[in-house]
Amino acid sequence: MAHAHAAVMQPPAAAEPGSGVYNEKLGMWIFLGSEVMFFTALIGSYIILRFGTPHPWAPPGVILNIPVTAFNTFLLICSSVFMVKAYAAIADGKKHFLRTDPSVPHDWRLWRWVDGGLKFWFLMTILGGATFVGIQVYEYIHLAHNGFLPSGIKEGTHFGELVAQGIVPAATAGIYGSTFYTMTGFHGFHVTCGVVSMLYLFFKKVLPEKYSEHDYRGVETIGLYWHFVDLVWIILFTIVYLI
Amino acid sequence: METTARKHPNYVAVWFYLAVLTAVEIGVAFLSHLPKVVLMLALIFLAIWKALLVALYFMHLRFESNRLRIMAIAPLPLAVILVLAVITEYLW
Repeated sequence: MAHAHAAVMQPPAAAEPGSGVYNEKLGMWIFLGSEVMFFTALIGSYIILRFGTPHPWAPPGVILNIPVTAFNTFLLICSSVFMVKAYAAIADGKKHFLRTDPSVPHDWRLWRWVDGGLKFWFLMTILGGATFVGIQVYEYIHLAHNGFLPSGIKEGTHFGELVAQGIVPAATAGIYGSTFYTMTGFHGFHVTCGVVSMLYLFFKKVLPEKYSEHDYRGVETIGLYWHFVDLVWIILFTIVYLI
Repeated sequence: METTARKHPNYVAVWFYLAVLTAVEIGVAFLSHLPKVVLMLALIFLAIWKALLVALYFMHLRFESNRLRIMAIAPLPLAVILVLAVITEYLW
């Protein structure tokens, strides 16, 4: 699993005495610890509300669009890989956008001779995150248009018909709506914050080439946040959409 | 330690594992006829597996010092206690 490449990288910055890591990274990990408890509180509430009720829950895939969300999950995972490629690029001192890799001059394969640097992978990460949010907004509009609201399912709509036919249980429709929009909404908010932060770093630090292989703390710190957001979505996708 | 140089893990291989596990999740959720409890446990197991891959390789916890690892996983026992406590609503 995960064999090592030949390139050797240096840490983003010198460690602070005592903690063993630089301060920005320590601060991000402490923040992520609080985020773990925030999302655990949401998931815990969801468990109480879902399994505490004697009534059945809507079957997976009847209201929520699993294929679109599975694609969105894959997109967020790709975005996480782009971020870690950005991290690896700047750790190797590659600040550029795209260039031909001089070490592989005669290889016709695109992924061998096009050598992405920090600017390319960071921009790809932002695009991946922004597309994820865009698809989530589209999903919300589609669901609301068909009658699935945070307060429940509206009568006289497509999903209202499913309730009338007994395919979607009426008793839990309100809890289903409120838990779905709360959990995915807070996650979407986190993704949006990540995209905005990365846009700021892209224009303020990445494009002017303020990061180097000797100091790329910002890339690692925002990367930790971004991977955490990906990790949370992996859990939410399973418990909200698939179970 | 933070000052030690190291090699890059193969991030594309981790991405491949994550993509395959996501496909397996969808397959397990919709193509299998497993009992509900087994299905839930299988899906949660797959989700935790994917989350661990992200934490270990993308967030580099596998390569961090024990001090940082302990700090990173410190909230997890509390999260598990909370989830186990509330899940009793369902079990009992």
